[in-house]
Amino acid sequence: MKRASWTDYQKDIADDHYYYARSCIRQNFFPGSEKVFLDILGKDLGRDIFDDPLHTSCTGIGYHSDVVPLETIMAVVARQFALMSEAGYENFTSSCITSFGIYTELLATWEEFPETEEQTRENLYKATGREFKKPKNLAHTSDVIFHHREAIAQRAKRKLVNIYTGEPLKVVEHIGCHYAKIFPKSGIGGSEFPYVLAGMVESWGGELVDYPERRHCCGFGFRNYLVQANRGYSVSNSHKKLESMAPYKPDFIVCNCPGCSMFLDKWQYTIAEMDGTTYGQNGQGIPVLTYEEMAGLVLGYDPWELGMQMHQVNVEPLLDKMGVEYDPSAKYLGRNGKYLGRPEKAVVNSYTTNESRYNIKQ
Amino acid sequence: MAKYFDMLLEDVRLKEGLTACMNCGVCTAVCPAAAFYNYDPRQIVSIVQTRDDDAIEALLKSDTIWYCGECMSCRPRCPRGNTPGYVIQALRTLSQKLGFFVESEKGRQQLALKRAIGDNILRTGYCLTPRNIRPELHPEQGTVWKWIIDNDEQIYGRFTPVYGKEGAGALRKVSDETLDEIHKIFDITGGTEMFNAIEEHSDRKAREMGFDGADEEYFMEIYTHNSNEHY
Repeated sequence: MKRASWTDYQKDIADDHYYYARSCIRQNFFPGSEKVFLDILGKDLGRDIFDDPLHTSCTGIGYHSDVVPLETIMAVVARQFALMSEAGYENFTSSCITSFGIYTELLATWEEFPETEEQTRENLYKATGREFKKPKNLAHTSDVIFHHREAIAQRAKRKLVNIYTGEPLKVVEHIGCHYAKIFPKSGIGGSEFPYVLAGMVESWGGELVDYPERRHCCGFGFRNYLVQANRGYSVSNSHKKLESMAPYKPDFIVCNCPGCSMFLDKWQYTIAEMDGTTYGQNGQGIPVLTYEEMAGLVLGYDPWELGMQMHQVNVEPLLDKMGVEYDPSAKYLGRNGKYLGRPEKAVVNSYTTNESRYNIKQ
Repeated sequence: MAKYFDMLLEDVRLKEGLTACMNCGVCTAVCPAAAFYNYDPRQIVSIVQTRDDDAIEALLKSDTIWYCGECMSCRPRCPRGNTPGYVIQALRTLSQKLGFFVESEKGRQQLALKRAIGDNILRTGYCLTPRNIRPELHPEQGTVWKWIIDNDEQIYGRFTPVYGKEGAGALRKVSDETLDEIHKIFDITGGTEMFNAIEEHSDRKAREMGFDGADEEYFMEIYTHNSNEHY
């Protein structure tokens, strides 16, 4: 295929005035990423973005676990759109990939089956007295960063370059299934030629690493992770990806989806605890970043203000390669500068199995 | 004949997801569930399009329909524009409406999902919150997660001014007024009815299996038990 095939999958991304919808998974595991996204848009780029305390989960994890019916999620999504209209916005941006997939899917369903839109309007009004307008522009938050990637490059304090060799850092990206597999035309590059993260990597000085299982699912699989008995599915699929990317020696992984960011991080821990296998350099794991963290590092933010201490796989090897100055002890400080102690040691960060907290085999 | 197929057709996802499958198997080739389980989405689509009541009923009562991870990898690859993942969603919804889900090990897990995710939505407005990802039930979350949960207010407090409180920001407390709207939406759109159906059918099955109803012991059984006959 042509290298530029991603250009067949383009979409309009609003330049300003965004209504922001948070993500259940991202705010749990990467609250610093949501914070820095708002800071980059508002403070670095001078854009208007509204963080509304009235919206809720889209209920997407419940929907894809099949306990929340289609009619229910349609009305919850309609409520989010109503809140956007009431706040005076037309451009909706979602922090969650599964939410983004759902918004895209429901807008298409309402087009194709207009009776479902009519029913949804009736349900929403009956339940809440609210009415909604569809967004003029729908984007995932990574689309918004992609849209502003050159403006970020112009303000860059650091590049995705190894300061010791001068070579571009080698980056593996993962866009997440629900970004473009449901509606390929809704994602930059579609599902086959993913470019939303690759475009950021190229603009900020890194080098993208293609690898055979690049498009394979991270393994979340909803019920296949959420129910303990099924987690073999989840770790096996992450394992498949990690085995496939490891020979290319990536310096880090960057993910689009908050769930994927978490799983590719946590399953490296699990695999290392189970059989001692690690996929990064010097016996450690491969750091896994969100695109907000990647953008934040490029713009000169402090890694601990980005929340990178919440990762299981240590990010210091990457920070050192990029020449990021950081205070190692500040990693373990709480909100008021209180020292919180350190997490227990883990094999994935090059410690011994005897010292790991859990016996994952039990 | 075609009683179940007609019921499935009431779901727009079935209409959108299934036209005329030619059984090429591309969906199976790219499917993460097929890579792990003894599972073949091509066969599911093939069975559904026969419209055979006995075969569809067997499917609705089987483990098979619960293997899919709903990643939708099948959707962009199908040369006929079918979506086996949508067919699965319609089958699962019908299986729960009819109470057939409790007849399989994987189907019975719906109670765990209803209580872990569904109830959390109604209680907090979110699918998940830090304190319901308990380290003892999530050893794979690792040592850093344990550290975060042990120090949650201190750590989240670095990134959000409203951890557990009302206002704008990450992990804010969703107001009672908003939760009330969500509850009403669930009541009006069939969400509450679905939750109740899952509870009621699970309670019946739990008693059949010798438990004192769908209690904590039954929950832990379905949450952790794996017969290892799925591969």
